[in-house]
Amino acid sequence: MTGVAAPARRARGRVWGPRAVLLGPGVAWWVAFFLIPVGVLIAYSFFRRGPYGGVIYEPTLKNYARAFDSLYIGVLWTSVRIASIATAVSLLLAYPAALFITRAPARWRVPLLVLVILPFWTSFLIRTYAWIVLLNPAGLINKMLIGGGVIDEPLPLLYNEFAVTLGLVYAYLPLMVLPIYASLERLGPQPSEAAADLYATPSQVLRKITIPLTLPGIVAGCIFVFVPSLGNFIVPDLLGGGQTVMIGNVIQQQFLQARDWPFGAVLAMSVIALMVVVLAVQAQVHRRTQEVEHGRAA
Amino acid sequence: MAARRSRYLHLHMWLLFTFLYLPIVVLVVLSFNASGLPTSWGGFSLEWYRDLLSNEDLLASIKNSLIVAGYVTAISTVLGTFLAIGLQRTVRSRVLDSVLFLPAVIPDIVLAIGLLSFFNLLRFTLGIHTIVIAHVVFDMIFVAAIVRTRLGYFDRRIEEAAADLGANPVKTFLLVTLPAIMPGVVAGALVAFTLSIDEFVIAFFNSGPGSITFPIRVYSMIRFGVTPVINAVAAIVMVVSLLTMLIALRLTRPKGERSANLGVGA
Repeated sequence: MTGVAAPARRARGRVWGPRAVLLGPGVAWWVAFFLIPVGVLIAYSFFRRGPYGGVIYEPTLKNYARAFDSLYIGVLWTSVRIASIATAVSLLLAYPAALFITRAPARWRVPLLVLVILPFWTSFLIRTYAWIVLLNPAGLINKMLIGGGVIDEPLPLLYNEFAVTLGLVYAYLPLMVLPIYASLERLGPQPSEAAADLYATPSQVLRKITIPLTLPGIVAGCIFVFVPSLGNFIVPDLLGGGQTVMIGNVIQQQFLQARDWPFGAVLAMSVIALMVVVLAVQAQVHRRTQEVEHGRAA
Repeated sequence: MAARRSRYLHLHMWLLFTFLYLPIVVLVVLSFNASGLPTSWGGFSLEWYRDLLSNEDLLASIKNSLIVAGYVTAISTVLGTFLAIGLQRTVRSRVLDSVLFLPAVIPDIVLAIGLLSFFNLLRFTLGIHTIVIAHVVFDMIFVAAIVRTRLGYFDRRIEEAAADLGANPVKTFLLVTLPAIMPGVVAGALVAFTLSIDEFVIAFFNSGPGSITFPIRVYSMIRFGVTPVINAVAAIVMVVSLLTMLIALRLTRPKGERSANLGVGA
């Protein structure tokens, strides 16, 4: 590959012409309708609220001060807690599944992965709605539990934190399996075989070899679940039933009901800030693992 | 010992698939339930599908969604394909890749209110066009990721051969590169279409009174009373999107290649 790089690069210039033609339109769209809107949102967070949404152009820091009210700190904390639990549960469900797929015969791996991802690509709303049908007091799960004689009274499964957490796990689980599978696949069976040859027990292999070496996949999966869970408003809205309020619900209220856009923007900034923290952790883990891998190669 | 653990993993996998598919199966079965109740089976019936066909609001919202998804698919397929080729051939930077991918990573509500503020600032009236603009932002990135996977399997020497035989860049692209990556482009288009048809949060914030899309309508149906018609709607949506994604997956990689990659977790 590298041996023929120089002539290939010359040919590339000839075949592909100016980069601007290829990258230009997409990047322009990205700047105009992603970067600038996010910039506008940041700017809005520093202005006074308009009477019917929008802003009045008088700079203020009051919106930020208001975000430190215990009410909103509480909502943010609830969101972080629910998103963290959903992430942890997803990890516990996804890691064994990814292990199973990695160890399955080669011809089964792609079909199994496809089966795991497929639900992710169907309507998010309807997948969430399905849990209203399953969890409500007269729903299938309660009916089966009563029919089986496990319980006498229907359990309160819906419209609480449990339902919200379950909904988030269900929604984003496939996003946890994929990166873990990718890193297990990349690791290959050799390190664990070597450890087993040196009389490590299976659980030692898992704890000391497999899990540490697939940490980047684990962290990536955790981010794919944590970030969209944190800002979610459909799941708490439909499955929380107003009892469990997450930051996404408050942002939605500020924009569509209370019409206080600047304050909504401030709350969105808190979501972005948490996301940046999470991504920084990932970068750190990535760097450390690469150091370990380079150390191993040397 | 190893056998016991593998049995445990096997069981775990079965339970996981049950968890993933049970809700979907239940909805599809209920959509044919004459009683309309989630708890008692009243016999097989197509009543709810008939109701669906006479629900004017729902049909109008489906029409809106198809219009939006049509535009979004066309624009994001072109932009995304160019972006994929451009990124693959010119700038190779992990940082640039991750930065460009941000609209797909950032919680959708942030993008939704960012665009709403932006459209408000420019005094855009909200409607079909604002939803299209918003959807293209993240859809083109998915198209780019999928086309890039396909480009990875493409042997560049064929292009060089075409150039050596006197084909100009445009001709090389149209006659050599595009046909070779076409399955990836089609897969990207299918994913873009599915994502746009299903997208709720961004459309919810950026739609006007005349541009209620299908997910917005479904949301209000769920929000204001669960009716059996939703089960029929759900069943149709599930089946159609599952089939679309299966086709897209088939097209992403050439036959015989073993990596399922739809841009997620790449």
